[in-house]
Amino acid sequence: MASKLTTSNRAGWAFAFPGFGLLAMFIVVPFFFAFYLSLTNQRLISPNPTEFVGLDNYRSLLSISVLSIEPEVDDAGAVVRNEDGNPKYPRVRTFTRNNPEYPQYAGMREWFRWHSGDTAKVVVATDVVFWKSLRNTLMFVLVVAPVQGAIALGLALLINQRLRAINIYRAIYFMPVVVSIVVVSLLWRFLYAEEGLLNSILGALSFGMFEGRDWLGDPDTALGAIKAMSIWQAVGFHMVIWLSGLQTISPTLYEASSIEGASKWQTFRYVTWPGLRNTAVLVLIVITMQAFALFAQIDVMTNGGPLDSTTTVVFQAVERGYGKQDISGGSAISVVLFLIVLTISLIQRYLTREK
Amino acid sequence: MAAISSDNQGLRLATRYVVLTLIALIFIFPLVFMVMSSFKPDLQLLRDTSSIRAFLPVGDISLNNYTAAFERAPVGLFVFNSVLVTGVTVLLSLLLCSMAGFSFVFLQWKGRNILLSIIIATLIVPFETIAIPLLLLVSKLPWIGLEGFSVGWLNSYRVQIIPWIADGLTIFLFVQYFKDLPRDLIEASRVEGASWWQIYIKVVMPLSGPVVATAAILKFLVMYNQYLWPLIVVQEETYRPVMVGLQYFFQLNTAWGEIMAYLTMITVPVLAFYLVLQRAFIASIASTGVKG
Repeated sequence: MASKLTTSNRAGWAFAFPGFGLLAMFIVVPFFFAFYLSLTNQRLISPNPTEFVGLDNYRSLLSISVLSIEPEVDDAGAVVRNEDGNPKYPRVRTFTRNNPEYPQYAGMREWFRWHSGDTAKVVVATDVVFWKSLRNTLMFVLVVAPVQGAIALGLALLINQRLRAINIYRAIYFMPVVVSIVVVSLLWRFLYAEEGLLNSILGALSFGMFEGRDWLGDPDTALGAIKAMSIWQAVGFHMVIWLSGLQTISPTLYEASSIEGASKWQTFRYVTWPGLRNTAVLVLIVITMQAFALFAQIDVMTNGGPLDSTTTVVFQAVERGYGKQDISGGSAISVVLFLIVLTISLIQRYLTREK
Repeated sequence: MAAISSDNQGLRLATRYVVLTLIALIFIFPLVFMVMSSFKPDLQLLRDTSSIRAFLPVGDISLNNYTAAFERAPVGLFVFNSVLVTGVTVLLSLLLCSMAGFSFVFLQWKGRNILLSIIIATLIVPFETIAIPLLLLVSKLPWIGLEGFSVGWLNSYRVQIIPWIADGLTIFLFVQYFKDLPRDLIEASRVEGASWWQIYIKVVMPLSGPVVATAAILKFLVMYNQYLWPLIVVQEETYRPVMVGLQYFFQLNTAWGEIMAYLTMITVPVLAFYLVLQRAFIASIASTGVKG
């Protein structure tokens, strides 16, 4: 209904251009720039001209392979075993360093291995740290997205009661959201320290049974500790989104289900949950995108350590693009990250589509 | 019977409040600890972690950590930088994004739909995936200032402000809100001969209090809490914002009391602001969800 009154190309562009121009310049251009840069050897500051290198950056980032290593045998053909009775294997570097028989493994390093019979299966990659960062990020997302979404829903149901002073509780649950994640990370670094608050609280609750541990210094607990803290900080955000979803459900549906004599669980299962469908998709996508962007917590708390157990994809992108000034390497990581985020949000949208 | 059931109800009500309060403690204890510790000398701070004293203002209470924090780092400068960058960005963002939203909703023009789809598409691009190419981009951009022509935006206020003014979410919020305003009002003003700028300033914006509050709060939180971007584009102390300024406290020796004082200084004003405008803060987060 293009009315004459509201048709104006000049005014339309004049109003939209300042905002759109900035957005195009600082979001759209760098987005496409990332794809281009990832195909070059661009550095932040370099005396040499930039060259086009094709897919080299992706090759060195993503090359991964499984190497089967047979145990060493003695002259009689028997497997050589050490004191514990385990077979002895030739070192991985004999395959990956200057071995003309295995050019495909050149320059790769061991990530992890498993055994099938006496054969050792060794996963080797050119960029082991990147693969670790990918694994850590996926583990983070796989735990944080469902757990945080579920806790947030629980809190929203709790807050959605008609009780006096309930708004005070809602305000408190939401409070960590307005605190910077940098501040939160530093604070929790202290809570997680060996002499820190968490160990004292756990010690007191278990009457001294619990022995303190250095949560962030141990590769087995560091990422878990960061997951717990991240959930604590952001859960209020998603509680509020669930709450606004809950409030769109018509009260008459609840009245009907109470007249029918439905139990609390039945009411949740057949009234509340179906009404939250769209909210669920949104919460899941938002949490997933936020979780993939994991950076500040790592930078403030662990710097990726110990033993790369907390390094993440964004941390690697920044480490390379900024730390090592390797813009092209950092851009390649950014592109990989974007493609993963895009794929996952498309899958989520597909799985939760309207039937 | 009646007495028993009302007792039961009282008990159930009490249980509910106990549960709510226990959960509230989980969310609040680190913040209480932060504020209390900021008044304590390091030795006592560490000793107190083993008891409930960690959450109480007891023992040797003083403002010494605050004085020491100011001596260790140019805290005032960092706060000034953050307030300046946040304030200017929020204001410019409200102006330019609302203008864009106004144009998309009330005006018909060529290219409108394509531009709007591009803006919506940027919502699925996390900033973290463009930070590195953007770093290269801003390091090459020219600038004409009072000192004349220069190349490269690193280490400046503008590098912290200009890339953050326009974003898809803010424009989208304005578009959604403007769609619900009565169109007749705008067309009537047109008939009366008002210019588009007059309609924007005198008709539309005065009706847009709620969405302005929402957009301002969201932008404020993003800008004040910035970390990754200033970390990679600002190395000079002169332009450093509060969150990046933290690194001072970890050089040489870690003085936890001073860190807690610094954290309290940069956090409590925001928390106070939040508690006063609590409803608006929560409504602004909720509105990012409802219409998405």
